[in-house]
Amino acid sequence: MTVTAHPVIELAGVGKSYGDVAALVEADLVVHRGEMLAVVGPSGSGKSTMLNIMGTLDRPTSGTVAIAGHAVDSLNDRELSALRAGTIGFVFQQFHLASGVSALDSVADGLLYSGRPRRERRRVAEVALRRVGLGHRLFHEPQQLSGGEKQRVAIARAVVGDPPLLLADEPTGALDSRSGTVVMELLHELHEAGTTVVVITHDRDIAASLPREVRVRDGRIEHDSGSPGPRALTHTGVGR
Amino acid sequence: MSTAYPALPAERQRPWDDLPPPPRPKAARLSLSDVARVGGWGLRSRPMRVFLSALGIAIGIAAMIGVVGISTSSTNDLNKQLAALGTNLLTVAPGTTMTGDNAHLSEDAVAMIANRPEVISASATGTTDAKLYRNDRVPAVESGGLTVSAARTDLLRSIGGKIVDGRWLNNANSRYPAVVLGSETARSLGIHRAGTDVQVWLGNRWFTVVGLLAPNELLPALDTQAFVGWSVAEKELSFDGYPTTVYTRAKDADVETVHSVLGPTVSPEDPNEVNVSRPSDALAAKHAADKSLSGLLLGLGGVALLVGGVGVANTMVISVLERRSEIGLRRSLGATRGQIRIQFLAEALLLSGLGGLGGVLLGIGVTDGYAAYQGWAALVPLWAMAGGLAATLAIGGLAGFYPAVRAARLPPTEALATN
Repeated sequence: MTVTAHPVIELAGVGKSYGDVAALVEADLVVHRGEMLAVVGPSGSGKSTMLNIMGTLDRPTSGTVAIAGHAVDSLNDRELSALRAGTIGFVFQQFHLASGVSALDSVADGLLYSGRPRRERRRVAEVALRRVGLGHRLFHEPQQLSGGEKQRVAIARAVVGDPPLLLADEPTGALDSRSGTVVMELLHELHEAGTTVVVITHDRDIAASLPREVRVRDGRIEHDSGSPGPRALTHTGVGR
Repeated sequence: MSTAYPALPAERQRPWDDLPPPPRPKAARLSLSDVARVGGWGLRSRPMRVFLSALGIAIGIAAMIGVVGISTSSTNDLNKQLAALGTNLLTVAPGTTMTGDNAHLSEDAVAMIANRPEVISASATGTTDAKLYRNDRVPAVESGGLTVSAARTDLLRSIGGKIVDGRWLNNANSRYPAVVLGSETARSLGIHRAGTDVQVWLGNRWFTVVGLLAPNELLPALDTQAFVGWSVAEKELSFDGYPTTVYTRAKDADVETVHSVLGPTVSPEDPNEVNVSRPSDALAAKHAADKSLSGLLLGLGGVALLVGGVGVANTMVISVLERRSEIGLRRSLGATRGQIRIQFLAEALLLSGLGGLGGVLLGIGVTDGYAAYQGWAALVPLWAMAGGLAATLAIGGLAGFYPAVRAARLPPTEALATN
């Protein structure tokens, strides 16, 4: 069997415990390029721990993690940071937009640690904002934006560097259902354009609406509706 | 080739295991302007706090710049004053004899001094016992501590005196009851001009005020005197004719030599009965006494600066605590620990640098104001300004170091969890 790329996410026997408490146990998961999946579970199920490990924000206590072919435990802090800067985009429930900073500058900050010059960062940021439908909100500050618009700014910031992997942690958790729908539509669009999208959620309806569903409970992967596998992908070699 | 992964059973062998591993990711550097921008961003969002903690630094720096500036301005002024007055003036006065009596200079002391080749000019005054009053109706006890001295007609040249009104004693008027008043004497008598109609009661007869002297900074003792001609003093005021102070101008290069030979020159037998002094030294000594106060103030400024530094450290610690989620976000965007550290260090440096700049300006303002009040030219040395700024940057670096290290050590998950 021939493949053209490493999986975007590969967890092999991953466990994470805090003292005596096991937050995640023996998790195995492979996510290929171009997939879109939900990691769903009630609060305390270990799905946030899984997100932190997939996002290289935390290291597992056992097992191995590879992101886009990089074995995470062989990378130091600088290399891990560079991996996050170039490969992973994060979307958080609370948006994390600084007050008093324009949408354009917030999104441009998504490229701050990529080594690109400021003029270019701002130019690409404008493109990203137009892509999420906020071309008319470039110089608005967070307090002038609705919740849905704020989350779209945050998504634009996450994808401004065109990362192959987008991790969204409860992206609709702080939004009303209408804004939530818009945000989910946006994530679908990004997926169709080739980005691998992982949505962490407790909402079963959202989970059911995605092509793949990984259910987590009590720190274990309870159910995985299954990966279509690398060969079944229509978008081979997309992303980066 | 996947040495990083644990060996798996053959049936679980993964198809991508044969792919070459990707190159190791490499962190990009933040440009200097980006460091300044992210450092400055934290300041822009909290202007009041920034103002207050920068103020602490500013006060410390302003105090130090002010002290250095004022002291430099006053030294500069003294040097100008000394240059104008000359440092080559020496005075000779009688001391006490071996037996404790008051000695007196010989009548020809002036001539003996003037004969030396190193001496430019020599002149003298002699103290009389006469009392001076505004008019003949003032009670005798109210003489006001004013001294009447007999003066040589060439005195003005040696003392560097200036006439503000009228004229100095000359060969014509020094034989008549004419008097020239020192500035303080004139002020206390309420006399503001000279003239034939201006008269004072001196030694039980009227004297005409022919001239008024300007204040003499080198010889303030002259300001409280009134000067009459040598011969009129001997004739009318029972003056004994012995000079009490000889004023000597020496050639600049020979001041030290002349200083040491004046005693033996006027009193070859008992050189110790003669006091020789250099008035410019007294002026400089008074200034040096002011300097020890400057040192104390400088120390106080240093303490203020230190307290300002503690304020900056405090602000930075709070800033890091408040901005945990920002730190978490930046880590998720790909900031390395070093980049977080340099962000907060830059913020601390900008904060204290701002204070330092304000302090330098404030210090210059204080120096300007005080110098204007004293009538000096304001002078703040460049080294003090550069040193002040360097000190604030050093303090900012020290104050920001610990908070910055703490910010960088914060695990990203923990930082993101707080909100």
